[in-house]
Amino acid sequence: MSVSANSTGTPLLEVEKLKVEFDTRRGLVQGLRGVTLSIGRGETLGVVGESGSGKSVTAQAVMGLIDLPGRIASGDIRWKGRSLLGSDGERYARDIRGKEVAMVFQDPMTSLNPVLKIGTQIGEVLERHLGMTRAQARNRAEELLAAVGISAPGRRLDQYPHEFSGGMRQRVMIAMAIACEPELLIADEPTTALDVTIQAQILELLAELQQSLGLSVVLITHDLGVVAGLCHRVAVMYAGQIIETGLAEDVFERPAHPYTQGLLRSTPRLDEVSDRLVSIEGTPPNLVTPPEGCSFQQRCPLSGEACRKAPKLEHIRPDAEAACWRPSVPAWATPLMSPTFP
Amino acid sequence: MLNPVPAQPPAPPLLSVQGLDVTYETGAQGFWGRPKAFKALEDISFDLHPGETLGLVGESGSGKTTTGRAVLRRITASAGKIVFQGKDITHTKGEALRKLRRNMQLVFQDPYASLNPRMRVIDLVAEPLLVHGLIRHVDEARDRITELLRIVGLPADAHDRFPHAFSGGQRQRIGIARALALQPEFIVADEPVSALDVSVRAQVVNLMQDLQRELGLSYLFIAHDLSVVRHISHRVAILYAGRMVEIADRDDLYDHPIHPYTEALLSAVPVPDPRTQRQRKRIVYGGEIPDLVNPPAGCRFSTRCPLATEQCHKEAPKLSERSAGHLVACWNR
Ligand SMILES: Nc1ncnc2c1ncn2[C@@H]1O[C@H](COP(=O)(O)OP(=O)(O)OP(=O)(O)O)[C@@H](O)[C@H]1O
Ligand SMILES: Nc1ncnc2c1ncn2[C@@H]1O[C@H](COP(=O)(O)OP(=O)(O)OP(=O)(O)O)[C@@H](O)[C@H]1O
Ligand code: SF4
Ligand code: SF4
Ligand SMILES: [Mg+2]
Ligand SMILES: [Mg+2]
Repeated sequence: MSVSANSTGTPLLEVEKLKVEFDTRRGLVQGLRGVTLSIGRGETLGVVGESGSGKSVTAQAVMGLIDLPGRIASGDIRWKGRSLLGSDGERYARDIRGKEVAMVFQDPMTSLNPVLKIGTQIGEVLERHLGMTRAQARNRAEELLAAVGISAPGRRLDQYPHEFSGGMRQRVMIAMAIACEPELLIADEPTTALDVTIQAQILELLAELQQSLGLSVVLITHDLGVVAGLCHRVAVMYAGQIIETGLAEDVFERPAHPYTQGLLRSTPRLDEVSDRLVSIEGTPPNLVTPPEGCSFQQRCPLSGEACRKAPKLEHIRPDAEAACWRPSVPAWATPLMSPTFP
Repeated sequence: MLNPVPAQPPAPPLLSVQGLDVTYETGAQGFWGRPKAFKALEDISFDLHPGETLGLVGESGSGKTTTGRAVLRRITASAGKIVFQGKDITHTKGEALRKLRRNMQLVFQDPYASLNPRMRVIDLVAEPLLVHGLIRHVDEARDRITELLRIVGLPADAHDRFPHAFSGGQRQRIGIARALALQPEFIVADEPVSALDVSVRAQVVNLMQDLQRELGLSYLFIAHDLSVVRHISHRVAILYAGRMVEIADRDDLYDHPIHPYTEALLSAVPVPDPRTQRQRKRIVYGGEIPDLVNPPAGCRFSTRCPLATEQCHKEAPKLSERSAGHLVACWNR
């Protein structure tokens, strides 16, 4: 599998120093605090991080789905080199969203209309974006259902979402997303609600589509195993920032940031027996008043004086970046019993 | 020749489940307007020993929660026997059941929904003591609760705060403190870490292991995450569509699965290591989990199983022992 798919020309998508804020009753939540990433043609980028780290907000910003009380405070999002922000950008964005870049959400039930037949819902996308006639759209919808592995697609077109299982609904969502032959597919936790055997089927489908259509994929997940199987590159998010990024193999093998190191060592593995997991004590910081300096300070075993200043995401190797003053230093000792027992 | 070390006489199990069936009624009306019923569990048997963790795994709807609830006597078995500490508790009622419940507790999946938002932490942890009449006022148990909160790793000032002031992992600790208040020997943990983030999940898993070691607890640990189950369990049982298909010692099951479903399930779990993951062979069976209201005749996996033979479609295989402690329900394996 070729890994350096992003080597040719302008990347498809670039996000630069993106800040997103939410004006809530609790105060101004700094959802994204300067996110920079890019994705090349045919590349699969895994975005991981714990709940609230900013994975979905990043995707929503690209898809133009940040609604009040949220707003993009600063930064830029570019598609094939052209900005999607500002009034010109928004016009351009309307042309490409749903068409050149499409999205699949975690919970298919909330994104499918329960009272419309599946065929009608896929057909609508085709009629709206590609100007197909109803008959053309129906034929194409049948092909799409077949392409995502739904048997008897002709009959299935006339069924309603509740007649489909969870895994089949997710296939339908993927069929709708690839209906306009997008160049980039953003999948936000596409398999989190599914059982493992069904998850395996969906991931296999994504890998196949990626190959056969030359798709670029941004896969958002908190399951490190899912990333390992599917992604060329990985970006690790923490408290609204990307704290490490690199080739999947590298990041998994020699994680540089203490948080990434901890994350990998706190995840039990199916193929290994460990006596005890590393546990990262504490919780992520509050994003209304994020700490000055490194956002991982309070939980980091390596934190010191220097960490009161915020580290920038910087190259630690040609293909890898980390935001840490002491990258690649082993941060976690073999854990002992909880401190609560004398 | 040396004599083999004489085997320790096996300690009697803390809990023994024998041929358990659980039947639910569906909303639908059957013939003659009788409510239709279906078996959510059929012929489930297992033992749990003192200080042991049995992992119970299976996909959504396979009957994990139902098993936990039946064992805790929160739902009634329609057949079979549940023996706890040597006593048949299948039909225990009234005061005896209340007493029994002190000794078996439940930790829930959802640390948000399972704690009353209007109760302070101290009241939440004291509630089981009050309900069981062991204290008459929270103040009587203040020291004990302080100790419990310390053991589960909550800050000392947690007493007077409300659940919303805590993170998911901390709420799960409150749930565990509550379950420990009555000093039970047996805890059913129904997906206790599924709702938690990876880094926090490890905190709770470690805590549960420490508590087990210190207090000699036995766990029925329900989860669909096979990696967590491998980490925490001594033995593991796999459910498929309401039946147990395999049960074995942890490493035996993970390293040498026998049932075709177990094999497929294990192969589907991604490993967080790109090199390994790319080389792993995935066994993907088409088809879906059968409808329990109209289950297939014979083996419930027969609709998806590549090894299925005529016998499989007619007769359900029973668990049989393949090596010491490794039981499998399959005609052809
Ligand atoms: N509509 C909103 N109003 C207020 N705050 C929001 C809103 N949407 C997101 N946030 C905040 O922005 C931050 C990032 O949220 P985001 O949904 O991107 O997290 P995530 O990484 O996708 O987490 P999860 O794994 O739980 O889906 C969080 O602190 C969240 O509370
Ligand atoms: N109170 C109930 N009344 C009727 N049917 C029920 C009831 N509770 C559960 N069921 C059904 O019994 C079967 C087993 O459910 P159970 O909740 O035990 O599964 P589970 O293995 O815990 O699944 P999950 O992983 O989704 O929690 C399912 O088909 C479910 O729909
Ligand atoms: S910058 Fe300092 S506190 Fe932050 S992760 Fe690196 S060592 Fe830890
Ligand atoms: S009994 Fe038959 S159908 Fe069932 S798992 Fe074994 S071979 Fe497959
Ligand atoms: Mg999200
Ligand atoms: Mg359940």
